[in-house]
Formats: sequence, structure tokens, C-alpha cells
Amino acid sequence: MSKVTDKNNPPSTGGVSRQTFLRVAVGSAGVVYAAGLAYPVYRYVASPVEKAAKESAVTEVTLKDAQKLAPGSALMFKFGSKPSLLIHHDDGTWTALTAVCTHLGCTVRYQEDKKRIHCACHGGVYDPKTGANVSGPPPKPLKRYEVKVTDAAVIVSRSQDRA
Amino acid sequence: MKSLFSSFYAWADERLGLEELVQFAKQKTVPVHSQSFWYYWGGLSLFFFLIQFATGVLLLLYYRPGPDAYDSVRQITYDTNFGWLVRSVHSWAANLMIVAIFVHMFSVFFMKAYRKPREFGWWSGVALLGMAMVFGFSGYLLPMDDLAYFATKVGMEIFSVVPMIGPKLADLVRGGPDVSEYTVHRFFALHVVVLPAVFLPILGFHLWLVQRHGNAVPPSEEAKPEAQRRSESFFPNFMMKDFAMWLVAFNVLSVLAFMFPWDLGPQADPLKPAPLGIHPEWYFMSQFQVLKIFGDLFPGTLGEILGIVVFTAGLLLWFLIPLYDNTQEAGRRARRATYFGLFTLIALIVTTIWAYLVL
Ligand code: HEM
Ligand code: FES
Repeated sequence: MSKVTDKNNPPSTGGVSRQTFLRVAVGSAGVVYAAGLAYPVYRYVASPVEKAAKESAVTEVTLKDAQKLAPGSALMFKFGSKPSLLIHHDDGTWTALTAVCTHLGCTVRYQEDKKRIHCACHGGVYDPKTGANVSGPPPKPLKRYEVKVTDAAVIVSRSQDRA
Repeated sequence: MKSLFSSFYAWADERLGLEELVQFAKQKTVPVHSQSFWYYWGGLSLFFFLIQFATGVLLLLYYRPGPDAYDSVRQITYDTNFGWLVRSVHSWAANLMIVAIFVHMFSVFFMKAYRKPREFGWWSGVALLGMAMVFGFSGYLLPMDDLAYFATKVGMEIFSVVPMIGPKLADLVRGGPDVSEYTVHRFFALHVVVLPAVFLPILGFHLWLVQRHGNAVPPSEEAKPEAQRRSESFFPNFMMKDFAMWLVAFNVLSVLAFMFPWDLGPQADPLKPAPLGIHPEWYFMSQFQVLKIFGDLFPGTLGEILGIVVFTAGLLLWFLIPLYDNTQEAGRRARRATYFGLFTLIALIVTTIWAYLVL
């Protein structure tokens, strides 16, 4: 470009000046260090998130002796990391659903006297058989699981159509 | 890109006066001479403290004091991504920080940088070293493995030599007659709340003084005529070299932490006999040995008390050096101070090695 010579930046034959080369070298070393630092820190901080993701990858939970649950009552269990609800209805049928309110995530409860699922946070109500949101703020139904009852356990699994 | 940055800079400068800072940094100079290497060690101590702060906060994400302490450190080490590394870095940097502070302190001593007007720099610096050692002592117990447990038990003996109130004091510090989960809780509060809260302002004071007075030059330089002394600008020259040293320190730390991951022993169990060779961390070994020597020379409480008295007197002499080695001339008093420094350095090294030999 010009004939002016700069002793810190001599005209080079290869086309890349010494200064550019240095800048790129220092820059890339910086990026390598930053990445080498950020990666372990990120993985360390994210550890519980990864663990929860691994746990929620379960597709089936066996609840030993849950078949003895009296009709008209319910119990809480964990499906992966999610609190869930198993209900034995008066008519002998079973329902299992997530117990995480679709409004703001409070844990819901089965009210045996009123035969309904109730969320205490903002008064949301769900149908205990279908999980449909009946009244209050919840925008969506609770997700249901498949239930299989054997004489030793109740087996709850992610329903096929949702997989 | 460039103009975006410079217009943002202009915007911020107008409000914050950044240019003044840059001008200040450019005018600040650092002396250049054969001993300049030692000027990096204060910065290195600071570097390791910053590492301790960052990794300490990371450990806080998972550490649980109290009866769960051991289990939580076990989980950090074995069940958490890179938890072993974070722990290893925190432990290694703790030791390197104390090495750096010791080197820094002795270089300051031999350069006579504690003389007027830098007395407060010396006093705050010794305080920072003391606090770093308490940081180390309190942190060492937190994992509650058997080494931590017994080393703390032994370390607490130091209180028993305080006349009259010693045993009571030790009970209060431990939260009982024995090291227990109460001790862990107390040490935890000390380690992550009290010490940082006290350490940080004193560190700020120390750094502010360094800015105010600049680097001291050793007497040999001071004797030279002004024209023969050289210096360089702090910004960007010295700062770049400072960062280069930090980079070296970072690499050394990484290699150590990776190649020699910090160990976690079996869980502390008061019912099990102490494993062989229980001893405090290396930076307490000298005191440990001095107490032992006096204990052997003068059996009974006399030896213990003499040991403590000698040690405290030495520390006091060390701390008060700016008050009695205060003239700028290189007189006999000044030479005596240098001999005192050499004696202290050699005594620390010899007693430390001795302590390890007789373990
Ligand atoms: C403000 C900053 C700091 C915080 C928040 C902090 C926090 C912690 C925590 C939570 C632990 C327990 C986890 C474990 O034992 O692995 C710990 C341990 C420890 N800390 Fe710190 N710390 C800080 C500064 C320091 C400093 C300045 C030193 C030493 C000079 C130090 C030395 C230690 C040591 C030796 C351990 C035991 C490590 C082990 O064996 O696992 N810490 N620290
Ligand atoms: S969170 Fe359940 S109703 Fe709002």
C-alpha cells in the first residue's frame, strides 16, 4: 500500500503482517483459555439440571404394594423428578397424573371429600379422572400416565400417544 | 464496530471520567532494577485470592455445613461435574496464595519497603497474611474427613496455652469440648462470611496505599543518583507483565489441580484412632515445631508458656519493624534489620523442615 516502513510492522513477504499474526495468535489463545475456563464452570453449575434431565428420562415407575390403596384415596409419588398423583377411584378405576399445576407449577392435591383435584395456590380445580382443567386459572389439563395394576404393584408409565 | 465502541466509551467517559483513570495509570511508573522481579508477588497474591473468591462461591453452590458436611464434599468430589476440579483448585490456590504472600512479605522486608511513609502498608500486609492463614485453618476443617478432623483437634491445642482462659476459649471456638458439627458450622461462618468481610476492606486499604505511595526501591537503588535510576510506565507496560505472571500462575495452578487432585479421606470418626502423622498445614509447621522444642527443653507448662512467649515476641518484633528501623540511611540499625529478616527466614525454613523430619 505504501512505501513507509514501520520497524514494528515490516513489510512481509507472506502477505500476513507480523502484527496481524500476533493479534490473531493472542486472540485465539485468549479464546482457548476462556473456553477452557467456561466449560468446566458451566458443567459444574449445570450439574443438578443434568441430573434432573436424566431422571425425567424414565418412562416407567413401579409402585410396590400400591394396589392395596383403598378406593376413594390417593397417594403421591415421584415420576422421575416430578411429583405425581395416583388416585384409586370409588368405582375401582385408577388414574395417575402429574401433580404439577399447569398454571404456575404448585403441587396439586386430591381432595377425597370433594372428589376433585385442587391447587391451593390460586384455587385451580381439575377433574380427577381425566385431568381436565375445570375451573380457576390453570390453562391446560394435567398430563395423565398409563396405569397397570398387578397383584404386587401398580405400574405407571408414560402414555404411548405422547411419546 | 470501532466507532460503536468509541462512541460508547465517550458516553461513559463523560459520566464517569474514565479518561482521568487512564491518564493516572499512564503516568504511574514502576521502578526497573535488578530486584524488579519481586514486584510481581503482591499481584500474584491478589490473583490467588481472586481465584479463591470465585472457586469458593462455586463450592458454596453444593457445600452443606453441619452433620452433612462430609457427604456434601463427597458429592462435590464424585457426583458433580468437575466438582473434583473446583475443589482441587480451591485447595491448591489456598496454598499457593500463602506461598505468594510469604514471598511478597519477605521481599518487602528486604527492600525495606516498610519505612516511612509505607508503615501502614506493612501493618495491613501482615494482617492480610494472618487472615489468609486463618482462612486456611478454617477451610481445612470444612470437608470433615479424618485428616481435617484430627489436624483441627491438634491445632486447637494452641488455645490451651493461653493462661487461665485458654481451655474455656478453646471450648467456645469449638462449640464444645470436642471438634464436632458445631465446630464445622462456626468455622464455616468464619470462613465464608466473617473473614471475607474483614479481609476485603483491608485488602482495599492495602492496594490503595500501594497506589498512593508507589513501589519502594531497595536501598541499593536508592543510593544511586536520580539519573541512573530507570522506570517504566504502569500502563500498559507493567500491567502487561503483571498479566503475563498471572498467566504463568494460572498455568501452574491448572497443572497442579489437574495432575494432583486434592484428596478426600475417609469420614471423620471420633471413635477411630488417629491415623499416623497427623500434623497441621505446612504454614503452621514452624510454630508447631517451636512449641515442641520448648516443650522438650522445659517439661510441663513452663515449656509451653515459654514457647508461646518467644513466638509472640518474635511476631511483635516483626510487626513493629517500621517503628525501630525507620531511618533512610544505611546505618548499623538498618543492617541489623536485614540480619533479623535473614534469621527469621532461615528459622522458619529450618523449623518447618525439622518438623516434617520428626513427624
Ligand atoms: C471469599 C472467599 C472464600 C469462600 C466463599 C470460600 C468457601 C469455601 C467452602 C464453601 C469450602 C468447603 C468446600 C470444601 O471443603 O471443599 C472451602 C474450603 C476450603 N477453603 Fe475456602 N473460601 C474462600 C476463601 C479461601 C481462602 C482465601 C483460603 C486460603 C488462603 C481458603 C482455603 C480453603 C481450604 C484449605 C479449604 C479446604 C478444601 C478441601 O480440603 O476441600 N478459602 N472454602
Ligand atoms: S399454581 Fe395452581 S392455580 Fe396457580
